[in-house]
Parts: sequence; C-alpha cells; structure tokens
Amino acid sequence: MSTTRGNGASPAATVILLLGAAYCLVPVLWVLVASSKSLDELFSTFTFAPSTHLLDNLAELSAYRDGLYWRWMANTALYAGVGALASTLVSAMAGFALAKYEFPGKKSVFNLVLSGVLVPGVILAIPQYLLLAEAGLTNTYWSVLLPSVISPYGIYLCRIFAAAAVPSEVLEAARIDGAGDWRSFARVALPMMRSGLVTVFLFQFVAIWNNFMLPYIMLGDDHLYPITVGLNGLLNQGANQPAMYTSVITGSLVSIVPLIALFLTLQRYWRVDLAAGAVKA
Amino acid sequence: MKRLVALTAILLLAATGCSGTDDNEGESGGKVELTYWSWAPNMDKVAEVWNAAHPDIHVTVNKQDGGDPAVTKLLTAIKAGSGAPDVMQAEYQKIPTLVAANAIADIAKEAGSLKSKFPDSAWNSVTLGQSAVYGVPQDSGPMMFFYRADIFQQLNLQAPTTWEQYADVARKVHAANPKQYLGTFSANDPGWFSGLSQQAGASWWGVKGDAWSVNIDDANTRKVAQYWGGLVQEGAVLNTPMYTPEWNAALNDGTQVGWLGAVWGPGVLSGSAPATKGKWKAALLPQWDAAKPANGNWGGSATSVTTQTKHRKQAAQFAGWLNTDPAALKALAQTANVYPAATDATATALTTPPAFFAEQTDFYALAAQAAKATNPFTYGPNVNVAYNAYNDAFGKAAESRQAAAFTAALGTMQTTTLDDLKKAGFKTA
Repeated sequence: MSTTRGNGASPAATVILLLGAAYCLVPVLWVLVASSKSLDELFSTFTFAPSTHLLDNLAELSAYRDGLYWRWMANTALYAGVGALASTLVSAMAGFALAKYEFPGKKSVFNLVLSGVLVPGVILAIPQYLLLAEAGLTNTYWSVLLPSVISPYGIYLCRIFAAAAVPSEVLEAARIDGAGDWRSFARVALPMMRSGLVTVFLFQFVAIWNNFMLPYIMLGDDHLYPITVGLNGLLNQGANQPAMYTSVITGSLVSIVPLIALFLTLQRYWRVDLAAGAVKA
Repeated sequence: MKRLVALTAILLLAATGCSGTDDNEGESGGKVELTYWSWAPNMDKVAEVWNAAHPDIHVTVNKQDGGDPAVTKLLTAIKAGSGAPDVMQAEYQKIPTLVAANAIADIAKEAGSLKSKFPDSAWNSVTLGQSAVYGVPQDSGPMMFFYRADIFQQLNLQAPTTWEQYADVARKVHAANPKQYLGTFSANDPGWFSGLSQQAGASWWGVKGDAWSVNIDDANTRKVAQYWGGLVQEGAVLNTPMYTPEWNAALNDGTQVGWLGAVWGPGVLSGSAPATKGKWKAALLPQWDAAKPANGNWGGSATSVTTQTKHRKQAAQFAGWLNTDPAALKALAQTANVYPAATDATATALTTPPAFFAEQTDFYALAAQAAKATNPFTYGPNVNVAYNAYNDAFGKAAESRQAAAFTAALGTMQTTTLDDLKKAGFKTA
C-alpha cells in the first residue's frame, strides 16, 4: 500500500480509466442529449448537439395512451420492489439454514443452488411459462413476481454472509434463552446480516428492473408490462407504423432515474458491507 | 412458519380463482368476455365502438408488439394450453404457420359468407385456397412508389412507370448528385422483396393436394433479384437496409429521393421524416409490362379466432363485424390507421388522403387501383425460415455488390426453405 495521493498514479492507468469512464458515460450522455430533440431533429442534427424539446417529449410520453408509461413505471417498481424484498427474505432464510444447520443432504442442496447460479434466467423463461400456464397464472402480476422470488445467487451470497456475520455462539446463547428457530433467525441473525442483505436486495432489484425475457413471455396485457417490455413495444409498432423514437429515448432516460437514486441512497450500506468483510477476513 | 403456510394458501387460491373465472364466464348465457391481441394503434378505441353496440359481448384489446413477437407469444400459449386470446391479429404470411400449429380455428361456418366483401387476393390469403376460412381479412398492404416531387421537378424527371424507367431515373438522380439515391436494396426486409416478387408473378409456396412446393428460385423472382443486383452493382441504388437511423436521416435530408413502400407508407414517412411533409408524391409501383399492370403486397393481416377460445361463435362474429361493418371500417381506417381489406372501404371510409399526403387527393384511388391489380401469392408454413434465409443470404449479397451474388442468394433461400419443410415432416412435391 505505497500509493500516495496525486503523483503516484501512472498516466497510462489514468488514460485507461478515463477511456473506461467515457465508454460507460457516452451512451448515457447520448440518451440525455437525444431526449431533448424533436423527432425531425433526431435524425438530422449533430448527435451531441442538445435541443430544447425535453419537456415536449416528456409531455408526449405521458400522453401516450392516457399515461400508460407511468403505469409501466409503477409496475416495474412493484415487480422490482416486492420481488426483490421477497427474494431477499427467501435468500436470507435459505442461506441462513444452509450456513447454520446440519441436516442430511445439505451439501447436495447447496451444490444444486450453486449450479443454479450458472443457469442464465433467460433459459428458464419458457419452462416457467409452461409451469405457470398449468396453474392459469400467466398474464398476471404473479407470473412475473413468483419466478423472481427464487435467486440462487442470492441464496449463495446469503449463505456466505450468514457463515461470516452470524457467530454460532450467539445462536447458541439465543437457543439457551429459549428462542425458537424462527425467533433466533428473525431477531438475532437477520439484524446481523443486514448489510449483506442490502447487497442481495440491490442485486435482485436491478436484475428484476432490467429483466426483459420473463415479463415479455409471461404478459399479454400491456397494462401489466414493466418498463423494459413496454419501451420495446413502442419501438416495434409493426412495419406500417412509425416507431416512436423520441418517446422510447425519453422513456429510457426517465427509467434510469429511480435506479440512480436507489444506488445513491443504498450505496453507503454497500460500503459498510465491503469494509466489514475486509475486517473479518 | 404459520405465515408461510398462509402465504402458500393465498397463492393457491389466486391460482384456482383465476382459472375458475376463465372456465365459467359466459356459459350461462351471460356476458361474454373476449380478448383481442392486436398491434394496430388505437384498436381499443375501435373495440369501444363494438362494445357500445353489443352489451352482451365485451371485447378487450391487448396491444402487442408488431408482427413476429405476437405470433411467438401465441404459439407458446397454444403449446402451454392456456393464456391465448380469443381473437388474434395474424399477418397473412403467418397464417399457414398458425394453421400448422393448430393455433387458429376454421370459421368457415361463421364467416364463410363474407367472401364477396373482399378482393380475391385477400380472401385467398385466409383460405389458403381451400374451403376452410382461417380469419377475416383485416388490412392489406398494396405496394406503392413514393418520391420527392420537389427534387424530381428540379431534375426535370417524371415518376417512372416501368422498372426500366425506374433504373433510368435512379441513374440520373445519382449522376446529378452522387450523394442522392432513388432507393435502396434492403436485405432486412424480406416482406418488401416478396412483395416485389409477387408483382413479377412469383408465388413462393404452393399446395398440390396435401403436398407443399417451394418456388422461391423461379424465373419471376430471379428476374427481380437480377434487376436489383444489377442496380446495386453499378451503384445506381444503395445497398443499405431500411428502417435504420441512417435511412431515416437520409429520408430527412433528401439523400433518399424515393421509396418503394406500401399504402401504409405515409405513417412511416411522417414518423421518420416529419420535416419533409408536403414534398412527397405517391404513384403506382413501376411495372414489368406496362400493358399488364400487376402489383404486390407488403404486409397486411387478418382477424383470426384462436383454437383456445371458448366462444368461437361470438369471436367470429366480432371478427366479421370489425372488417365489414361500415362503422368499423371507418374506425379502422381513421383511428387505427390501417388500410382495410374490404372492397367497399375505399368508398365509405377512405375519402380524404392521409395527412402526410394532404394535397394528393387521388391517394386512395391509386391505392385501390394497386390493390385491385395485386397478384395471388401463397405463403407456406415456414415463412420465418425463408425470411431468415433472405436476411442472411441477401445480406451478404448486398454487401458484396455483385449481381451474381443476388441470384445465388435465391438458390440458398430455396434450398434452406425446402430442406426445412422436409425436416419438419411436411410432404413436399
């Protein structure tokens, strides 16, 4: 750890980091600039020359089929908020059980969860559709919420975190004091795992927020769509309709605002989490 | 633990509750609920007209993504056994696919009498030339030629009426300004190319008894491929796809001077190049033989009834109303922005030209003329395979800018499509 402030950084590293930052930020800048253009400016003026039509575009976006866009926003918030909360709770319980209990088949259960981490969710969308169709649940809020609740990666993270953050002695003490399984999980382990759970929540929230394939397959009624599927629909109006470019671009811009806000408010927990891990290691 | 059990119980209740309502509704002579998947804009407003007049059959429109995605979704729902709508907007080229997957129902009994209301080419698309009726024709897309009248006037050019003239005009436009092109060969739009081939007399599939034939690499289509390959090779037209931001920009700044589109073109132009309003004119497609005018379709769809519906009769009744009733045709044309397939729509519903072509009073008269001249064309059950092969093979050909590659691409399309039919277990001739 000999790095000192200022003169220690090599110019090459700085350039590479700057390039990386540009690579990430230029598309965002593009969305910002493009959403301020009117439809005829969009394809004719210089790419990064901003214009003055942001408010017009927002008004047009809001007016689309009586504010359907905001309904999509609310749906996404519901899917991501409720889904991530439920998923975090399930992951915490499963991770806690896998870390702190001894039971036959524990190892194979954990291995199964681990292999689940390797299977991309996209592959599961069709089988999940067929399953939920059996229950008559497709094209409902449940069809997107239920599959989001189980997250192998979340369970994996929670197991690691429960093993590191919850000392077995504390659980023993709780047990001696007469706390049952549920009570020692909810009252003792859960608070100790809090910062790890924020990480799981954030991961899952972003994953559901960005999820496209699952709601795309599950939902037929566009009043249930999340923002991703809704915006995609605005672009695919069929060959004989104008694609609603300005609305899609403005909609994309608005849709990243809540994510940025969420990260800014929750990132301090994330930092605590990383620091805690460093001390314990 | 108790809470968990309760949660599970609620979930199960929700599940049974859902399927319960699906099964029972409308059976006792009460109100029938129909869902209609469509991607035409404002179709819900058209359905409102129906709902107001039919209190016992209520139609809910679920807006879908255009074209392929809705079909994929429908096929998944059919396979799953639930989740499909009662009524479905189905593109003509997808109907054989949907019939082969047993996704849409034969409504000959309910809608067979509507035949006289539609041009033969449209009716043929929903019957596949047999006695079954797999939907009621909703809209059609007779191809048309759009050009920048102002630039044509500057260059002292006339709208081409034959393909020979089109090539000539293309050369002159490009010679006058090397940045300007009369058009582009789009390897992204198989529907566009099949429309041009249809005009030349091609029909890519055929049914003989119970066997399918594939005739993509026939003399008619080869004529079209050779023609475009030649124009691309000499550089008279561009070789880049349509519906890209570059294409939009080119329409806006006048470097694309013309577009071989279809009757729905004004909607696209008003979205892609709003600043050029009033500068365009529409004309009939250039002809191969001016003495025998012919035309092709790009797009168009029918209203079909799915096999999963529990209310086939009511669904077919709605499909019939939507596409033949004067009030519905008017709403379709003016609110949902489609070009109705019904023959008398021109007289009743299409009296004023589209806003983007406000000054061209004969717009819909031209469209009707184009629709009337449309050649018959049969689609097969694996249009998606042929269209993907088009994208791949012609994508390479267009990039190579070699005329010979264009005709070779047809051969690739032909073998890919025929092989796929055989592999899928269809009898082929």
